[in-house]
Amino acid sequence: MLYFELFIQGLVQGSIYALIALGLTLVYGLLRILHVAHAALFTLGGYIGVIVTNATGSFTLAMVVAMVLVGFAGMLMYKLAYQPLLSKPPYVSLIASIALFIAAEEIFRIAFGPYGLSYQTPPLQGQVELFSGFYLKYAEILVMGLSTVLLSALAWLSMRTRTGVAWRATVTDPDMARVFGVKIQNVRYLNFFIGSSFAAAAGVLVALLNNLVEPTMGSVPSYKALAIIVLGGLGSIRGTLIAALLLGVLESFGTIYIGHLLGRDAIAFAFLILVLMVRPQGLMGGKL
Amino acid sequence: MSYEITLITTMAISVLFALSLNFITGFCGQISLGHAAFLGAGAYTSAMLSKAGIPFLMTIPAAAFCAAVLGAITGLASLRVRHDFLAITTMGVGFLFVGIIRQQDFFGGEIGIAGIPGSGFGKVGFMLICLVLAFTFAAFSLYVRRSWMGFVFKSIADNEDVTRVLGIDVSRYKLIAFIIGTGTAGVAGALYAHHFRFIGPDSFGFVESISVLAMVIVGGIGSVWGVIFAAALLSILPMLVQFIDDYKLLLYSALLFSMMRFSPDGIAGLCTRLFSSKLGSILRRDGDKQ
Repeated sequence: MLYFELFIQGLVQGSIYALIALGLTLVYGLLRILHVAHAALFTLGGYIGVIVTNATGSFTLAMVVAMVLVGFAGMLMYKLAYQPLLSKPPYVSLIASIALFIAAEEIFRIAFGPYGLSYQTPPLQGQVELFSGFYLKYAEILVMGLSTVLLSALAWLSMRTRTGVAWRATVTDPDMARVFGVKIQNVRYLNFFIGSSFAAAAGVLVALLNNLVEPTMGSVPSYKALAIIVLGGLGSIRGTLIAALLLGVLESFGTIYIGHLLGRDAIAFAFLILVLMVRPQGLMGGKL
Repeated sequence: MSYEITLITTMAISVLFALSLNFITGFCGQISLGHAAFLGAGAYTSAMLSKAGIPFLMTIPAAAFCAAVLGAITGLASLRVRHDFLAITTMGVGFLFVGIIRQQDFFGGEIGIAGIPGSGFGKVGFMLICLVLAFTFAAFSLYVRRSWMGFVFKSIADNEDVTRVLGIDVSRYKLIAFIIGTGTAGVAGALYAHHFRFIGPDSFGFVESISVLAMVIVGGIGSVWGVIFAAALLSILPMLVQFIDDYKLLLYSALLFSMMRFSPDGIAGLCTRLFSSKLGSILRRDGDKQ
């Protein structure tokens, strides 16, 4: 029974990780940038979600607004911050991204105050009894449900539409894709829009689970998502999803059984280093 | 005067720490996002030995040794991964270090170690020790740059595969860079512990690792003079800009971002481009890596 509960908690956490890490892996697959500032978009999503919910009372509206606005914020970030750095060595965009992330955290703190915001009336706080003695919050069901829907929609988009074909072609070989008339720039914008809006969805969901958004809520996800995409084999979408769920479950068990040796947030990296020693290309990575 | 002494001591420790990372990242091209872990290993070793009654100067080699052992292990593990994978692995080492320290009562857990005894040389004496160590390592760095080993490092940084084809044992040189760099970070850690007299897990976290990487990159990756200048400047910047207290970190990140956006090869590169003067030529001779 305890095992089952831990497993479900792990899946809930893993779904959140999957939503965050997906955007990161999309950016890496396309541009080879370790996009640390992605977690700032996650935080921004959380703030917009809480503010819009408190102003209008509609959680659904808040989710949509957060996803769209943050999607555009992501595109803006690409245009202003990353595009000029594409031809530079990789550490340049990494450091620039870290600087952006620190700046964003500071701006959140100055704009919204250091103590964070909460929902006035937190939505979806009820519980449902799945079977005797096992309760699941509506919010947790929403987390798993929405992640599944969003990720399936993405899979459909990339596998079944012309846009998806253009996208995959660009990831595989940008020059060849350009020769075939794909507008690389648009693919990149789309990429940032989707990745950022998924991060925003994760931000709104985390704000719902904790009933709190604070300026530093992105700092743990920022590096953990990096661990996840490396675990999955940088740039592999399937690997990222598997790694995210696996890590969620591992953390949930690890906190109980090895929590006295290693903090929750260090488990991800212990696991990461172990995996990389055996498979330096990550779980699903092809070539190194 | 006491304030200036503290400033100079802080600067000297930062310069030593930044140069130790420059050895790995600048010379050998191996990016590290977890370098604060080695500062921490040195600091914890030195602090605990000091509290056990061992004189300060004796704890420095011990701190260097512990940090270098940890560095050798990290180096061995890092031989299997490259580029972005390496960046994340070293970042993982940093988080593991803090994660383990935080959970062990033996190391003082969350609270850290307080009441570390002074160096026994007085403030001025301690400042001189820090300065001497920083200058010695700077001189050593400049010497290595011109040596055979320096050429190998540069070659590894430029193109690892070609270096391997030339018949050079790349793994061995990478390990050497890791051991020297992390050992020196351990020395900086010992100084750090005796300067602040208090250490905790948060002193050696990700932020610290990023700050030191920022010093190396703002200075001009691989350039000894540039890194010394940037480390000295950035380490005291927070104290110089006290008056904008609330926006300190914002200013810092804005500076870092503008540096990456407009001059990714750092101050050294900036000087090289701006002046054809003596300063520029010194920096160019020293930091012509990019």
